[in-house]
Amino acid sequence: MLAFVLRRLFQAALVMLAVAFVAFSLFNYVGDPVNMMVGQDATPEQKQELRESLGLDKPQYVQFAVFVKNALHGDFGLSLKQGRLVSTLIKERMPATLELAFVAGALALLGGLLMGVYTALRRDGWLSQFLLTVSLIGVSLPNFLIGILLILLFAVTLPWLPSYGRGEVTSLGWWTTGFLTTSGWRALVLPAVTLSLYPMTLIMRLVRSEMLEVLRTDYIKFARARGLTDRAVHFGHALKNTMVPVMTITGLQLGSIIAFAIVTETVFQWPGMGFLFIQSVQFADIPVMAAYLVLISLVFVTINLIVDLLYYVVDPRLRIERTAGAH
Amino acid sequence: MDAVKRFFDSDIWWSFKRSPLTVTAAVLALICILGAALAPVLAPHNPYDLAQISLLDSNLPPTWLDGGNPGFKLGTDQQGRDILSTIMYGSRVSLLVAVAAVLMSIALGVGLGLVAGYAGGRTDSVIMRLADIQLTFPAILVALLISGIGRQFVPRDLQDALALYVIIFSIGLTGWPQYARTVRGATLVEKNKEYVQAARVIGVSPASIMVRHVLPNVLGPVLVIATLNVANAIIAEATLSFLGVGMPPTQPSLGTLISEGQNFLLSGEWWITVFPGIALIVMVISVNLVGDWLRDALNPKLR
Repeated sequence: MLAFVLRRLFQAALVMLAVAFVAFSLFNYVGDPVNMMVGQDATPEQKQELRESLGLDKPQYVQFAVFVKNALHGDFGLSLKQGRLVSTLIKERMPATLELAFVAGALALLGGLLMGVYTALRRDGWLSQFLLTVSLIGVSLPNFLIGILLILLFAVTLPWLPSYGRGEVTSLGWWTTGFLTTSGWRALVLPAVTLSLYPMTLIMRLVRSEMLEVLRTDYIKFARARGLTDRAVHFGHALKNTMVPVMTITGLQLGSIIAFAIVTETVFQWPGMGFLFIQSVQFADIPVMAAYLVLISLVFVTINLIVDLLYYVVDPRLRIERTAGAH
Repeated sequence: MDAVKRFFDSDIWWSFKRSPLTVTAAVLALICILGAALAPVLAPHNPYDLAQISLLDSNLPPTWLDGGNPGFKLGTDQQGRDILSTIMYGSRVSLLVAVAAVLMSIALGVGLGLVAGYAGGRTDSVIMRLADIQLTFPAILVALLISGIGRQFVPRDLQDALALYVIIFSIGLTGWPQYARTVRGATLVEKNKEYVQAARVIGVSPASIMVRHVLPNVLGPVLVIATLNVANAIIAEATLSFLGVGMPPTQPSLGTLISEGQNFLLSGEWWITVFPGIALIVMVISVNLVGDWLRDALNPKLR
């Protein structure tokens, strides 16, 4: 067990180091940071002085070590575009992304479970067939197009919901929340639905196939023979046993929800981290890009580490070589 | 002629004819491909020839709506370009990027998979570990990061000109692990078979064994993955272009067109973004359906 955990931790650390190296080379090979910082009329001596004060005259590996040390403290310097600390910018944007991801994830789990159970129990009903067909189309539609179509439908044709922004937000210390106002909730509906559709269809299909599998087993037949109600059999016995794969897939999906949030946030101009990243790419705002790159990689590495360890705990058969899947 | 006759006698053709959904999808896919490939010949206008467009024709709705002009079947955008023509030219870029990216993934993935499977040992574990690590990140995120960050290394004034290559590279680089895994698995099976041993005994070099003997026997599944990946690559390209890290407005793909049209959604010019969107959906779904059918048709277990 210990060896497994250590090997995984070592691998995660290696990945993070590689990511940090990419972020580091962004700073070093894209333009000259000194030229970006000083004015047009700076003398060579001033430049040299700045170079030394920034530590840019030291060898590459020393600079890299300093970069990693700063990154570990969450220090990525100043945003080139806004002239503010990158860590502050990210801290400001994080609540928006996390709230969106949380609501979308909850929606996906709830909707996926309900529809999955329904389509498994009423296999041949017209509604089940309809849901399955729609989910097939849903999987092949690009996320941003769904967002645009929803805007066209519910914000332009039927002016019910706002098409961009986060609505009114209340600030609680450094955390800003849209959960406390009606306009915040109204603004959340379209982005959250857009973001939840893909994981929802995945969870639905997974729950359905797992349920169908479980419903065929002997202990379900035995439960029925004991005269238990349908409700007890379906939810007490069958659904409970489909939960292990559903939980792992949902965990893995959490990461892709955060990744896809980049697209959804851009469609709805949602002021989250993904939107910040896209803006920083367009303005070549290197410090912000580097910080986002490191942060998103950290999220994925952590999620995968946890899922890997959970697999190990839950299923002893997998204690040999385990690779986590992703789509 | 013999090969053609054999094709029409084959199981594959028979199962193709028996599935109306697949035939429809294949016809639609073919229309998309032809419309894209022959855009300069077939398109009613050349939207990128400044002599042919006129601002007087801007923001016209589709023909069947009030104020529509029969010369512009699906309407025009804010610069007076015919939407149908921009869609055809845009599909051309989208398809070009998708196919080139998939070819790059295949070359990379099949190559690494063959080496990993045939060489085994340390080489194998390093290559497959890399594939595992890459698979833990969603493909679209990797493509977005490579494209967004990769373009920073390109000089500013060359960014538009090189956008096509940056995006092909970024999508191509994300697809390889899937091929590598499949090919490695198949190679592990093939390399212990007698024909490979025989080749080794008579002194054929490892490179030659891999390419001339093992490779042809592992290509079946590669074909299926490739078809499905073309659909994914079309989506990936559209998403990147939509986000502004793909094709520039001077050389728009379907994603760029949708992204530009989105700005006019709120003022009521829905056709600028909806029609390219529909074209994208039709293209992706039809390619997906053909790929699904191909997977089932080539899988002997399902017969």
